[in-house]
Amino acid sequence: MHKLLTDKAGEQMLLLGNEAIARGAIEAGVAFTSTYPGTPSSEISTSFFQMAQESDLYFEYSTNEKIAMEVAAAAANCGVRSMCVMKHVGVNVAADALMTLAYVGVKGGMVIVSADDPFMFSSQNEQDNRFYAKMSGLPMVEPSSVEEAKDLVTYAFELSEKLNEPVLFRTTTRINHSTGIVTLGKIRKPVIKGDFTKDPLNLVTVPAVARKLHVKLLENYDKALQLAEASEYNLISGRGKWGIICNGVSYNYVNDAIKDLNLADKIKVLRIGFSHPLPPNLIKKFIKNCEKVLVVEEGEPYMEEAVKAMAQEEGLTLEIKGKAKDLFTRLYEYNPGQVRQCIATFFGLDYTPPAAVDVSDVPPVPQRPPTLCAGCSHRATYLEVKKAAEGMETVYPTDIGCYTLGLLPPLSTADFLLCMGSSVGTSGGFSRVTDKKVVAFIGDSTFFHSGIPGLINGVYNNHNFTLVILDNGTTAMTGHQPHPGVDMTKLRLEGYGRVSIEAVVKAIGVKYVTVIKPYKVKKSTEAIKEALNYKGVSVIISEEPCALYAKALKMPQRKPFRVSEKCKDHRECINQMACPAFYIWDEKVNIDPDMCTGCAVCAQICPENAILPVKETA
Amino acid sequence: MEPKRLVIVAVGGQGNLLASSVLGEAALLTGIPLHMSEIHGMAQRGGVVESALVFGDATSTIISDGEADVLVGFEPAETLRALNKCNSRTVVITNLAPLMPFTVNIGQGVYPDLKELQKLIQAKTAKLIAFNAADMAKEAGNVLAVNMVLLGALIQTGVLPLTTENVKEAMKRKTKQQFLDSNLKAFDLGYSAAAAAA
Ligand code: SF4
Ligand code: SF4
Repeated sequence: MHKLLTDKAGEQMLLLGNEAIARGAIEAGVAFTSTYPGTPSSEISTSFFQMAQESDLYFEYSTNEKIAMEVAAAAANCGVRSMCVMKHVGVNVAADALMTLAYVGVKGGMVIVSADDPFMFSSQNEQDNRFYAKMSGLPMVEPSSVEEAKDLVTYAFELSEKLNEPVLFRTTTRINHSTGIVTLGKIRKPVIKGDFTKDPLNLVTVPAVARKLHVKLLENYDKALQLAEASEYNLISGRGKWGIICNGVSYNYVNDAIKDLNLADKIKVLRIGFSHPLPPNLIKKFIKNCEKVLVVEEGEPYMEEAVKAMAQEEGLTLEIKGKAKDLFTRLYEYNPGQVRQCIATFFGLDYTPPAAVDVSDVPPVPQRPPTLCAGCSHRATYLEVKKAAEGMETVYPTDIGCYTLGLLPPLSTADFLLCMGSSVGTSGGFSRVTDKKVVAFIGDSTFFHSGIPGLINGVYNNHNFTLVILDNGTTAMTGHQPHPGVDMTKLRLEGYGRVSIEAVVKAIGVKYVTVIKPYKVKKSTEAIKEALNYKGVSVIISEEPCALYAKALKMPQRKPFRVSEKCKDHRECINQMACPAFYIWDEKVNIDPDMCTGCAVCAQICPENAILPVKETA
Repeated sequence: MEPKRLVIVAVGGQGNLLASSVLGEAALLTGIPLHMSEIHGMAQRGGVVESALVFGDATSTIISDGEADVLVGFEPAETLRALNKCNSRTVVITNLAPLMPFTVNIGQGVYPDLKELQKLIQAKTAKLIAFNAADMAKEAGNVLAVNMVLLGALIQTGVLPLTTENVKEAMKRKTKQQFLDSNLKAFDLGYSAAAAAA
């Protein structure tokens, strides 16, 4: 049985934040779950995916976050408790649905997880999604720890059913990827089937209906305010004339700092766990008794601005600060030492931070950037595109996935990136205003997620670019989740359909479509050359399973290669491909047989034919 | 209980996350609070993995620069890179078997000299325990047991409030049955190596 289905209330378990959230949903009796994978949220969905295979839970990997939200919204409108999970930028994709779902509301509880990523450990921006709560008018809750995350899920479901609207559950990477000791609670039996009652005058958002629904949303907002005022998740601890208002993981850093600095009888803390709408009475009461207040929140000054506005309403003139030159920054994630220092600075305490060792005389340590795996098919495709484009001036719009690592030399095949699907959309613009050859790269999963409308646009507006679809049969970057192009029977899962990328591309009306096998260098390069010379939209589908995934699935492996005596040390292989299986030893190129997957691509570019398969050992 | 802060750095694939989960389970068995977090910057694609484990009465799950009580490095250059986490009272344990970063392999960087590296760490911290954990893992009959060798050394230092007994029990629960014997042996070899270094 999946460990998160353990039905033993009171048992303690060491859980990852994401597992705790999934467990919280199970305890709350969630029945319907959906996602598009995105770090740092991915393990929540992985847990659902696994549990769905051995319980009544419904889970789906949806094509993108908007669809994940729509399927869950429909289930919730039939009275079924549903959860949809995405990373912070995923909410941008789903925002169109979200803004109006706030008007329509739900019948059964619905929780939307937004996993924010301060410091951008694995994201293209560090937007603060608390503003989605403000913009949509929906309630938002935020846990401060792994333990709390689990319980807060149940609270969020109950809140959602009290207000009949979805609740946003915001985490940050340090919740998702922290581990803590969690005490299991009772599992509520999920209600799997719901029913839909026709009610178009409340559910079909034509202007006349929407006008009415906006009124309802504002009434709900007032109800939510009352609930936030009384919520046990907006809690006050400690006493003293100084105040700190904080949220999320900052609460931990604040608590530890108060202990380290011996301030228990000087500072009181208001921790906001129900962060939209903010509770004005509670906050006003809190700051009234303070000489000065420090607001500790990663990201934007969301609470700070609100608290200042509340002080103004009360005619209070105490000092309230958060983001400032000598205090907190809007950048990145915070850490305990930084919070301790800012508390000391703001309240004028004598404090010397512990002295870290002086590393000024430590020699520079060589970087260890992530790189495409040995034998990764993307490396082969990139090499071939560059060969085929020799002599052309190129622009390479790219997209989000492992293949974004093509950015690094020697491949250098990534020139522009905004968001999921932007490779295709931006290609139209680049090709219109420059005379350069535009070659865009997009992964298979990303193509399904949001590449298709861009391609339709290219055909319709008669743009001139080549789109290379890197089809490696999985969503590799986030941990090998399936997508609509995957043959699910290979994962021993029944009951799925399958969408062919080639058929989609052709149906869109792309006139020039070619499929290559990237491990065949010469043939692929020639096919790419032809596609590049085509005027209009051409598509190359490069098909080869992700090397790492193939290994994990125990697909048949090829024999590794070695560098023979014929090597004349041109280092073409290293200079063009930089496969991580290469290493230089004794001034000579070698191949690590444990890393080499035997893709044979280097062997095909070696001018001396010096790279040969390792001989069978007798 | 006074908090004890442990930073573990490794290269993707070295089993750092398993080591953390064994320590976590041991803390659960011992009944001491533990908060930990990990950052794996595309670990499977050769990046660096960093875990922070805070034992005792604290609630933060990360460790600021200069605030580690003990630093365990699964790879010598990574230990050096993480030296900013240490202060003059920090105990450092490092594997001495290098895993060449790809940048070095293709001639884009120089790997630090191992003797120099040890001298530097020794001079700046309270104590350095350094040995070739890869050799010991091999000796234990499991090349992947570098993590368990280092766990053995870590427990020997006594910096963490965990007993050998509880950690071994946690290993039984968290590691694969078929590797248990070699893992336990690896743990003992690391333990002895650290004792010999004392
Ligand atoms: S995980 Fe797959 S797609 Fe990603 S770099 Fe490795 S081989 Fe390439
Ligand atoms: S055959 Fe060459 S390119 Fe392919 S994995 Fe082995 S060393 Fe790398």
